[in-house]
Amino acid sequence: EREEVSLQVFSGTKGLSTHSVVRFLGRSMEVTFSPNILGRAFSGTGRAIDNGPTLTEEPKIEIDGPTVNPARRVLASHMIRTDVPMIDVFNCLVESQKIPVFSVAGEPYNQLLAQIGTHADADVVVFGGIGLVFDDYHFFRQAFEEAGVLARTVMFVHQGSDPTVEGLLVPDMALAVAERFAVEEGKRVLVLLTDMTAYADALKEVGISMEHVPSNRGYIGDLYSQLARRYEKACDYKGAGSVTILSVTTMPGDDVTHPVPDNTGYITEGQFYLHDGVIDPFGSLSRLKQHVIGKVTREDHSQIMNTMVRFYAESQDAAQKQAMSFELSEYDERLLRFGSLFRERFMNIRVTMPLEEALDLCWETLAACFEPHELLMKQ
Amino acid sequence: DAAGSFYPILKNEVVYICPKRLGGDDRQEYLQAEVLRVRHGEADVQVFENTRGVAVGDGVLQSGHMLSVSLGPGLLGQVYDGLQNPLELIASQHGFFLPRGLEVDGVDQQQHWSFQPVVKVGDIVRAGDVIGCVQEGRFKHRIMAPFGLIGDAEISWIQEGSFTIATPVARIRTQNGEEQEVSMQQRWPVRIPVSEPLLKEGLSQRLYPDEPLLTSIRLIDTFFPVARGGTACIPGPFGAGKTVLQSLISRFSDVDIVVIVACGERAGEVVETITEFPNMPDPKGGTLMDRTVIICNTSSMPVAAREASIYTGITISEYYRQMGYNVLVIADSTSRWAQAMRETSGRLEEIPGEEAFPAYLDSAVRALYERAGLIQNNAGDQGSLTLIGTVSPAGGNFEEPVTQSTLRTVKTFLGLSAERAYKRAYPAVDPLISWSRYLDQLSGWYAENLGDEWVAQVKEMQQLLIQGEAVQQMMQVTGEEGVTLKDYILYHKSICLDQVYLQQDAFDDVDISVPIERQQAIFEMLRGCLMNDQEFTDKQQVR
Ligand SMILES: Nc1ncnc2c1ncn2[C@@H]1O[C@H](COP(=O)(O)OP(=O)(O)O)[C@@H](O)[C@H]1O
Ligand SMILES: [Mg+2]
Ligand SMILES: [Mg+2]
Ligand SMILES: [Mg+2]
Ligand SMILES: [Mg+2]
Ligand SMILES: [Mg+2]
Repeated sequence: EREEVSLQVFSGTKGLSTHSVVRFLGRSMEVTFSPNILGRAFSGTGRAIDNGPTLTEEPKIEIDGPTVNPARRVLASHMIRTDVPMIDVFNCLVESQKIPVFSVAGEPYNQLLAQIGTHADADVVVFGGIGLVFDDYHFFRQAFEEAGVLARTVMFVHQGSDPTVEGLLVPDMALAVAERFAVEEGKRVLVLLTDMTAYADALKEVGISMEHVPSNRGYIGDLYSQLARRYEKACDYKGAGSVTILSVTTMPGDDVTHPVPDNTGYITEGQFYLHDGVIDPFGSLSRLKQHVIGKVTREDHSQIMNTMVRFYAESQDAAQKQAMSFELSEYDERLLRFGSLFRERFMNIRVTMPLEEALDLCWETLAACFEPHELLMKQ
Repeated sequence: DAAGSFYPILKNEVVYICPKRLGGDDRQEYLQAEVLRVRHGEADVQVFENTRGVAVGDGVLQSGHMLSVSLGPGLLGQVYDGLQNPLELIASQHGFFLPRGLEVDGVDQQQHWSFQPVVKVGDIVRAGDVIGCVQEGRFKHRIMAPFGLIGDAEISWIQEGSFTIATPVARIRTQNGEEQEVSMQQRWPVRIPVSEPLLKEGLSQRLYPDEPLLTSIRLIDTFFPVARGGTACIPGPFGAGKTVLQSLISRFSDVDIVVIVACGERAGEVVETITEFPNMPDPKGGTLMDRTVIICNTSSMPVAAREASIYTGITISEYYRQMGYNVLVIADSTSRWAQAMRETSGRLEEIPGEEAFPAYLDSAVRALYERAGLIQNNAGDQGSLTLIGTVSPAGGNFEEPVTQSTLRTVKTFLGLSAERAYKRAYPAVDPLISWSRYLDQLSGWYAENLGDEWVAQVKEMQQLLIQGEAVQQMMQVTGEEGVTLKDYILYHKSICLDQVYLQQDAFDDVDISVPIERQQAIFEMLRGCLMNDQEFTDKQQVR
């Protein structure tokens, strides 16, 4: 307001006194970007937290930079293999896609993310953790180390013990670094962000302290735009690499109409529902899968995917019949058998296998339960 | 100005903020902004771009005009941001990212167009009168006398030949004796309808829409039609199929020109359109891209420009309508436009209305859709502007303010249901909540083209859907046993109608687009089947 400026103090204002000195640096927030950041971990303010060599002399880049010109985007056309069959077979992750895992507290979403981070066929993985408890940070780091992929990974971690607002910088740092790897080095970059609901909550906290008029459930009025600004960094660049974003959005009260998942769903290109420890084949949707299925994947992919889901839906109906103690036909019994094989072979998030193997296993599973004429597939 | 004098400031005038700190490439940035409020000797402006690094003491340049677009040959096939900056040109000059504070012409200033006069020296013209033509692709692009021209003007000079659009092609002597040069390009303020001065002066007439806009989508054309020059909205939760439905409409509708406004949604979806349209033939010749203009102000692009983007798209559409073309405007999504308005209003500290939307939301929505319509220009040609907007209600709840304001305004409501989308019953328009007020309004056209009984038969089929739903609800309580055989038959007839006629597969080469003649044939066959009271002995047989 003319003579006054409002400052957001990242480390909190506890114990700050009047007459403290403010120094203006004349630039906006920056993050270190050089090949040496691979394998390293940084805090929400960009400080190294892994006791590695100092990086203070390395080049820095601005975060939250300009948006990409839509005319320099190319149509999604490459798959990112995750070796998670519920993703690779049923809802492919596609380069340049932004897609959240919708889940609730207590579900193994961080295991799933680590699984994908270690198996995905990306050149660089940028991990961003917001409000991560120490154990989870440790878990991720160990997972990357054990899988031998730490050298292609950069971590930005805001921990539960850090001031809430420091978490606000994590997505911007992660995405600024990802964007550079993609644009300048032509890398295929996968960004993992968890948990974006904590991010939205941090935005809410700052909004309230800035006395912005809150909109739905106390969240900032421009939550949609703020989230979109980050998620839209997912991009396949014409003549360069790509950025793909896989995030976790926990749904307070398991309510998909809560403002955070709701706004997220309007922005992202589909979603994976993770509940009861499995990725739900119903409700999960990759809006970009049709760009790769059968085009860069095996030609039986599309048919087998549809057939498997159709039988799984039927097996659920049969399970319901069983639960209501109705009489089951021989066909129902086979459906039930199919259902349990499906869950065990594909839905368990610990299962990993290459796509082709998974497709073969689909055929095997179908063969174990049904006659060819029952499949209703075109030849 | 250079002498340091100040000029009067206009409300909605465009001003440029010139940050002292130069841009990344040592370029003086000109951040475009709009004056929203003037009071107590101060003006509040909304900057259309990122304001990072703007400081107290930075210079402000007044432009003296309101937010405007350039109108002239060369618009078709372009992809613009919300302020009519051509994105391809910017990309060729600046690469991957969108720098702020650029000033780029909306239409190519270098390209030559062959101008063919249709008036001669001494002729009298008035605002909007055609003075010449230019061939723009397969369209005859009319060059019109300035829309803001007052009274009669005499052509004092006019030339034929190939010129750039800024080159004077004619001179006119206005009624107060001034000489004015006319080129192939006009600028027009986006917040004022092109047709407004013309209607006021009696130089154009608004007509009552009486023809359908045929989309080749059965559910729309047969059950919930949209008139040429009419309005429609498509609300629905995320993933229900708003964008896919709009994209189908933009591809297959029987119109001359389509303007797609990608307003605050995904950039990737625009990339799909930009990639696919140049390879899709337009039934009338050329490719779909040749008849399309895209206004692309997607979700990560500046929010204030998102608010303007819809007006940019509509103004360009009105321009082509004025030439006598049928134009379709597709806006995805009007909720993002309303949210942009909400953000601006919040910054101005206006008293918020429902859900923090400004109190004028309702009138803004109405004014927006009122820009659609059927117009007859001074030469007697009719042009139409049809506006179809999606609405993205928070939580998929249609009770929220933007959906409600829109429903009070538009005449066709295509309500998408998450449940139908989940069951993959596409297009996931719920026939029990949707409505169209054009079915009656266009009854003359239907009687003439599809037979006297058409409207009554369509309504009869709608009744069947309602009855089928009632039976289904009953069965949920009582089970199949609890309903009569007659009701059970009714229920299955409604399912049949839904699956055979309402649902349409967008991924099937044949089913994707069904011309009205074929719709009529299928409709009659199906109706014959459903109205024929077959004898069934039991429910098993009905199934
Ligand atoms: N008419 C349709 N036919 C087939 N699939 C559809 C259709 N409409 C939508 N879908 C599916 O639903 C997804 C989401 O549709 P979209 O139009 O993007 O939803 P919205 O814009 O409402 O969020 C699409 O990616 C597609 O898989
Ligand atoms: Mg690329
Ligand atoms: Mg889509
Ligand atoms: Mg411009
Ligand atoms: Mg959409
Ligand atoms: Mg109204």
